[in-house]
Amino acid sequence: MNPEAQTHTGNLVLRVEDLHKTYGDNHVLRGVSLTLRRGETKVVVGPSGTGKSTLLRCINQLTIPDSGHVWLGDMEITRKESDINAIRAQIGFVFQSFNLFTHMTALENVRIGPMRVKKMKKAEATRLAVEELERVGLSDKADAHPAELSGGQQQRVSIARALAMFPQLILFDEPTSALDPELIGEVLEVMISLAREGMTMIVVSHEMGFARAVADEILFMEGGRILEQGPPNQLFVNPREQRTREFLRKITELYGE
Amino acid sequence: MGFFEFAGDILPDLLRATVTTIQLTVFSIALGFGVGIFLALGRIYAPRPIRWLTGGYIAFFRGTPLLAQLLLVYYGLPPYLAMIGIRLSPMVAAVIGLGLNSAAYQAEYFRGAVQSIESGQMMAARSIGMSRLKAIRSVILPQALRIVIPSWSNELIYSIKYSSLAYFLSLTELTFVGKKTALHTARTFETYIIVAAIYLLIVIAVSRLLVMLENRVRVPGLGVSHGHR
Repeated sequence: MNPEAQTHTGNLVLRVEDLHKTYGDNHVLRGVSLTLRRGETKVVVGPSGTGKSTLLRCINQLTIPDSGHVWLGDMEITRKESDINAIRAQIGFVFQSFNLFTHMTALENVRIGPMRVKKMKKAEATRLAVEELERVGLSDKADAHPAELSGGQQQRVSIARALAMFPQLILFDEPTSALDPELIGEVLEVMISLAREGMTMIVVSHEMGFARAVADEILFMEGGRILEQGPPNQLFVNPREQRTREFLRKITELYGE
Repeated sequence: MGFFEFAGDILPDLLRATVTTIQLTVFSIALGFGVGIFLALGRIYAPRPIRWLTGGYIAFFRGTPLLAQLLLVYYGLPPYLAMIGIRLSPMVAAVIGLGLNSAAYQAEYFRGAVQSIESGQMMAARSIGMSRLKAIRSVILPQALRIVIPSWSNELIYSIKYSSLAYFLSLTELTFVGKKTALHTARTFETYIIVAAIYLLIVIAVSRLLVMLENRVRVPGLGVSHGHR
């Protein structure tokens, strides 16, 4: 948790306003709004199929929302004229299924963004990639290909890949859901230290221990809306909505603390 | 005259023709490679009208006989080409015919390879700010080209053998010269056995080379697809 984020009212990194998304008859997002200040960590929870992943994808336009607006700082992402590639380069995205580039080593996976997108020189990008791999504790795996890494290691490489772009914020889409239980800890550890170093992030996750440790706010989503939001203590101890109480009790039973 | 003496006599002519066969194969497979990649990418990523066009191209070249296509290029086009002052040599006509045909098959192999790459990789590339073109170049093609090697090897081997159809365009490639030699010497069986042996040696050498290439660029976790023609 970043105490500064609590007191600052400025420093808005992200503003999402009234997002809607429909797939056929399925109204996945029904008007979602949120704001994120620099250094804040928000954790999104909620039953499956309530649009959590869609929300993240709509933020960086991997999925195009039907209506609504997203601003990164002063830039409106959702404007047709905005350079979406330049904007995505500033928003990290960590996928549930890692999505590392299979033909590249861990180092190359981290280096490719700075090189191809930011036109950084190879030597400089390599140095940066080595640093980022070290940050996620994988300097010794720099030359390994994804297939030679465990799921936890792959996910840490994918976090390093996002970090190497110096993003303004990182979106985590269920980063530990595809992992064997014994590998979840190493990924959460990295995410916790990022949050404590002041990284701005939105995390879709059911890891309540993580949420309690670093979330400035928990957002409870259901039926394509944010039903309730607040600091972890408030939501865990004294939720306003009955549905929030039931859901948090259920996942705490399932996933533990 | 014994077999080996006979072979020694006719070999110089046959080897000169073999050079033509190899040139024809190399040019046509290269033309097919270039056109094939564009067709495959067009078929996957382009807007609908272009997808239909590439689909139509592939359907035409895979759905009609190669020999008919070669005859169309060599005998069918010249009257029209003459109007704009172009004359096709047998070599150029054969390269165009074989190359455009091979492009259709190569496109299907490339398409299969590209589509076997999980869609998450494209999404991840876009998420760090790559344009779609950049993602195709840096992420999709390097994988697809590795995956496609085994089925592409088949295509190359077919191309070597189908180059013999240029016989019908009077191109002095191996089969054409073999036929002439057989007529002149009246030793048909031996001549064609030697011609066949030369084709076989080329195919074996090329297969070896491609297996070496495959091993050289192999990456852990990248599967290969085996194509059939």
